[in-house]
Formats: sequence, structure tokens, C-alpha cells
Amino acid sequence: MAAAARLFIRGANSKLSIAPSSLGVTLLKLSPNCSSRTKTQRRHATHFTFQPDPVPSQYGPTQKMNLFQSITSALDNTLASDPTAVIFGEDVAFGGVFRCTVGLRDKYGKDRVFNTPLCEQGIVGFGIGVAVAGATAIAEIQFADYIFPAFDQIVNEAAKYRYRSGNLFDCGNLTIRAPWGCVGHGALYHSQSPEAFFAHCPGLKIVIPRGPIQAKGLLLSCIADKNPCIFFEPKILYRAAVEQVPEEHYTIPLSQAEILQEGSDVTLVSWGTQIHVLKEVASMAQEKLGVSCEVIDLQTILPWDIETICKSVVKTGRLLISHEAPVTGGFAAEISSTVQEECFLNLEAPISRVCGYDTPFPHIFEPFYTPDKWKCFEAIKKMINY
Amino acid sequence: MAAVSSMSKMYGLCFHAVRQTAGLKASRLLQRRGFRVTVVQLQQPFDSSLEKPQFPGASAEFVDQLEFIQPNVISGIPVYRVMDRQGNIINPSQDPQLSKETVLNFYQKMTLLNTMDRILYESQRQGRISFYMTNYGEEGTHIGSAAALDPNDLVFGQYREAGVLMYRGFPLDHFMAQCYANADDLGKGRQMPVHYGSKDLNFVTISSPLATQIPQAAGAAYAVKRENINRAVICYFGEGAASEGDAHAGFNFSATLECPLIFFCRNNGYAISTPTDEQYRGDGIAARGPGYGMLSIRVDGNDVFAVYNATKEARRRAVAENQPFLIEAMTYRIGHHSTSDDSSAYRSVDEVNYWDKQDHPISRLRHYMTARGWWSEDDERSWRKQSRKTVMEAFERAERRLKPNPELLFTDVYQEMTPSLNKQRESLWRHVQQYKEHYPLDLYEK
Repeated sequence: MAAAARLFIRGANSKLSIAPSSLGVTLLKLSPNCSSRTKTQRRHATHFTFQPDPVPSQYGPTQKMNLFQSITSALDNTLASDPTAVIFGEDVAFGGVFRCTVGLRDKYGKDRVFNTPLCEQGIVGFGIGVAVAGATAIAEIQFADYIFPAFDQIVNEAAKYRYRSGNLFDCGNLTIRAPWGCVGHGALYHSQSPEAFFAHCPGLKIVIPRGPIQAKGLLLSCIADKNPCIFFEPKILYRAAVEQVPEEHYTIPLSQAEILQEGSDVTLVSWGTQIHVLKEVASMAQEKLGVSCEVIDLQTILPWDIETICKSVVKTGRLLISHEAPVTGGFAAEISSTVQEECFLNLEAPISRVCGYDTPFPHIFEPFYTPDKWKCFEAIKKMINY
Repeated sequence: MAAVSSMSKMYGLCFHAVRQTAGLKASRLLQRRGFRVTVVQLQQPFDSSLEKPQFPGASAEFVDQLEFIQPNVISGIPVYRVMDRQGNIINPSQDPQLSKETVLNFYQKMTLLNTMDRILYESQRQGRISFYMTNYGEEGTHIGSAAALDPNDLVFGQYREAGVLMYRGFPLDHFMAQCYANADDLGKGRQMPVHYGSKDLNFVTISSPLATQIPQAAGAAYAVKRENINRAVICYFGEGAASEGDAHAGFNFSATLECPLIFFCRNNGYAISTPTDEQYRGDGIAARGPGYGMLSIRVDGNDVFAVYNATKEARRRAVAENQPFLIEAMTYRIGHHSTSDDSSAYRSVDEVNYWDKQDHPISRLRHYMTARGWWSEDDERSWRKQSRKTVMEAFERAERRLKPNPELLFTDVYQEMTPSLNKQRESLWRHVQQYKEHYPLDLYEK
């Protein structure tokens, strides 16, 4: 009830509020059953705490930015330095539904930051064409959940353009951005992590940042990269993740996993939001079990940094991979398979995957679906005691 | 009543527009486009005292009679032509009056394509190449449109536009190399035959999935518009591919984003075995253009001058006004869909013979030429002999050539080689060294 009341109060404050919302507030106040907060209406807290990176010193002056602001900054840098660059998609002109493109149309012109009709296959197809003609194309898909109409254009066209033409043509100038991952209430169609579908497609690059500093540097690398890239942005971090982000242009290399914390007993691998879960799990494991965890952010899903992961597993002998996407056919399966091929004799325990269940992403059951820190903690316990 | 008259007024506008285009008088249309843009851009503040509709989505009049708009399928969009089936000019003002040299070149390119098709089709039958698609009956659509473009204009094709490449000067050796997938193939042997591409000739490499090129062409046209260098984009597709969602996407994007683009639909009557009455119920593809706010025309695709005139004018205006044009070229697919098809399973030999004998782009142009004394029986005989000879020579050269080095299996996946792919490449090399007698290494370059 409190949540519902909050919703209506928020509505009353917004510019678009008219008579109906005040009626709603009145009705709620008068209803006898809505007077007290009941047990069933408690809002669930997030399953992680964002852990910011230290302030980088090697890229020049920094500014406090959240994730969506760091994206805007990257796009701003790009439009400033590359006169061919254009940004397009649904609703990007007014700033985007997640505010990633705020201010860019006014600053750079309506021929460079523009809305397209509501058609993902068109957005990506159009983007491929822009790239083939030699301009830098940054296409936005409003939610990763809606990328599937563009699957044919991405997999059959973008990924294969260079190979099939014998390098006469390519769409390396194409970058596709999409909000990704769970958000607390997104359910089936606002929470998906579809990286595994695309990981099966040679010719693409897939990149997922864990925070604002990584996001800007990785996005700029994707834009510069001469291959079509898909950049998934963890939407739950858009506002929640705040770091000191360099104002100027900088790049973070693709296909290089980052070891965030060194350890000797277990290797923990993930990407995006789940990194923050694993960081907490690493602390819990150290504190409660005396287990030293090495936490690695994969960052680039395809082509992925096999060497760093395997080197770590050779050292620790145990591997846990965690992601929100369903476990069957998820990217953890690929990592697991390769690591057992390369490091079989080094393994002290079976490789553990703590992932989403093989169900569509549920709404009210999200607290149970999420591969949270307790599930990861339990998996580490099992590996240690194997 | 009012609904019908206002609807027919709108369609009347379109037909009138079509006739205007046919008459090549652009000025009135320009005014009409100006009006449309003004209506869209000047959003008057909503005023409920006016009896006019105030909806942001459409500006029209109110009507108080319930009437559904009739789709105009019976007497649809007319077919623009310059020559009759015997190659005589109907309206002299429409004769583009091209030079003898140009017209002879049209003829020679169409017949050279025809000769190459015959030889390569036969070569597939004999197991020399794996697959082929002929262009029989559609040569007029290729040559007429290609001739109307600038060499710098970017071409996105479907798979039955080899004549466009031929017109632009793609050497026979390169056609053959791609079909044979030999070491001279610009595409490095990666695709099935007829998936040509040429960076130098601005012809984007063909891909098998249908209609994917349509929204890509819109994007390329947008980028080209921003460059502002008098460059257009043309996008070819068949009437079957026009049913794909990508076609709808491409049309809508090109119109809303104001792209200098020509959509060229080859309506040849069949999508493999599927005839047009199973492909669409409306008045073909041209009738869809107005639905997207696009200027559209239907032409006789077997009349190379009609194709030329329409494409020329569309190109001029597309670049000058930054808007897309839709040309539906009516023609007939005389050959089978491909070497994997036997069309006698779904159409009669009589039907095919009609088009081959009585309405063929090559014959019609030849009549035009002979009527002017530009081409004689001797010219025909010697040209046929010469073109067959050059095609056969290229064919034999292509046959003898080795296939590309198998290393090329692994390159160009990304711009750079990745560690993982490198490992796979090395693993294949080691395997082939060990089991070399089971792999056809002698057919490939080392």
C-alpha cells in the first residue's frame, strides 16, 4: 500500500499530472483497508551493493557521473571527435528512456541524433547500412529484451559482412547499445540478459561493463573497434552506480578480463551487475570460511579472454561462474567447457555455475530467481568441501 | 460519399503524381511535397473550437458517411512504357534519344549476360560449379537502371542483378572466379555462386537472406546524404522479398529519415514457385509506396528505355530532394529460380514461351536498333560468335585456376585474427598434415 501511495504521490508531483491522480490519492485515503502498511507490500531491497572503482588517475580530470551519464559522456566525446558519427533508435532524440542521450541532439544537431520508427530490425539494418557507407553508427535498442527482431540482421548480416565479402565490405563502424539485466521489477521483458544468443555468432563482439568508468572506456573501445559490437548496459546500475569518471576520451581494451581482487582458493567469474554480488561473496567467503577468492570481471563476452581465466584456475583449482541469464546454454557453459579442457588436472572440484533458472524471468518471484550472494556463497562452500 | 470522394482525391493525387512523373514534369510534384512537409512540421496548437480533426497522427477532414476505402486492385497503377512489344517508340517525347554507341552497349551487355548465363547454367548441370541463377527475361531491368545511375552510386542487390555489375564493367573473369570459388574470387571463395560483390564498382556483396539489404540501403543513403556529394543509393529486390518485414522497415525508415534512395522492385511473377496472387492481395508493390509517403511508379521492366527514364528521373530527384522513390519494374522470370529448381512443376511451358518469344527485353531493343539501321544480321552473327568466344575463354581460365588457400577459411571473421581462431587454424593444419590423403589439398593454393 505504501508503494502504491508513493506511486500516486510521485504522479501528483509530475508535470503531466491532472485530475485523475488526485482522485486516486483521495480514494486510497478513504479506503479502510489501505490505512496501514501490510506485510505483503514491502518493497524488496536490491540483491547487491554497488562497489565503485577507485578514481582513475591516468585518464585526466574526472567528474562524478552515474552510469547513464558516463554513457552520455562517451557519446558526447564521439560526436565531438568523429563528424560522421550518428546516434539513432527509439526515443533517443529527447534524451532516451534512460537519459543516455540527454542534450546530444541540441548540441550536435537533429541529423546526428534522431529518432527512428519503432522497428528493431530496421534500426539495426539501417545501422549496418550507415556503417557500410563509412560512417560511425551507434544504434540504440530500447531494451535488450527487444533485440530479437534484429537477430537476423545482427547474426546473418552484421557479423558476416566482412567474411562473406572477402573483406571488400564490412560494418565495423556499427555499435549497438541496449539496456540489459534485472532491475528488480522488470519481469520477462525488461530483465533479460541475451548475451549467450550472440556469443554463438562469430564476427560479433559483445561487451558488458560493471560500472561507469568501465562503461565509458569500453563503449569508446567498441565504437573505435573495426568490428560490429553489441554493448549491453546493466540498467539497474544506470542511477545506482556512481563513480569518478574521466571527462575526456579514453579506452579500455576489449577481450581483456580484469582481475579485481586476487585470491588463491577459488576463481569467481562474472560480468555486469553480478560482479558486485561476487565482490560481496568474496568478502563473505573470506570472513566466514577463511577462503581467498580471486574475482574476475570478464567484460568482453566475445571474443573472451580465455588466457586470464585459465591462468587463474590453474592457480586456484576452483571455478565459479555466475550470471543472471538461465543456466542452460548460458555463457557460463562455454567458460566451463573450455576451462575443463584446458585445466582439467588442475581442478579440485567440478566447475560451479550459479545462474538464473531455466524459466522466463519472473516478476514477483525475482528475489528467488536471482543468483544472489547466498547461492554463490553456498556454491563456494560445496566446492571447498568437495 | 464524402469518404469516397476524399479518398479518391488522395488516390487521385497519387495517380496524378504517377502520371506527372511519367510525363517527367517535376515542378507540380515539388509543390505537393512542399505542402506535405509544411503540414507535418507546422503543428498548429490544438483548437477544439474548429471542426477540423486535431489528431497529431493524421490531418484530414471529418466525414459522416460510413464507407470503407476500396483497394484499387482491378484498375491499378498503370504501367509506364516507351516502346511497344515490337520495339516501336509510342510517344516520341519519351524516347531518351540515346546515342547509337550507348544503345549498342545496352544490347551487347544484355546479350553478353544472356550468353554467360547459358554457359554457367550448363556448367552447373555438368557438375563444374555447385549452383547458378540465371537472369533470363530480366536483362532490361538491370541494364536500363544501371545505365541511369552514376558509377559512384551505391548498389544493394538481392541476387538477380548480375546485369548491373556487367554494365558497370565487372570482368567476365571475376564473375567466373566467384562462381568457381577459385583463387581469383574477390570474395575469397566464401560464398555460393552468384553472390558477387565489388568495392571498385560500388556493388555491395550479395547475401542470401532476402530483403536484408533494404533497410541497409536506407542507412547507407542516410550516410551518403550527410556527405553531400551528389551520390545516390539503389536497392534491388523481388516482389517476393517485398513481403519480408525488412522491406517494410526499409521503406518506412527511408521515408521518415528522408534518404536519397531508389527502391527498385523486380516483379517477375514468381518467388520460386509462389505466384504473385499468393504473395500479395493488393496492387503489387508500387501501391505500397504511397502508404509510406513515397513517390512510386510502375514500369514495363522489359522496356529498357522505360526503365532507364524512370530510374534517371528518380535518381535526379532523390538526390535533389532527399526522398526515396519506389520503382516497380514488371517483368517475367523466364528461367527457373535456380539450378535447384524445375519450374515446369508449377507453370506451363506455353506461359514461359510467350514471354521468351513475344515480350523479351533483348528482342524489343533489337527491333529498335534494326529499325534505325544500327544493327544487321551480320552484326548479330559476329557479335554472338565473339561474345560466346570471350565467355568460353574466361570459363576455361576459371576452370583451370586453383581454389584459394584454406588459410582463408579463418581470416576476415574479425578485422584482426583472434588467439582462439589462431589456435583453431593451427589445429586444422596439424590435422590435415596427419590425414592429408583424405583432404583435396591439390585443388587448393598452397
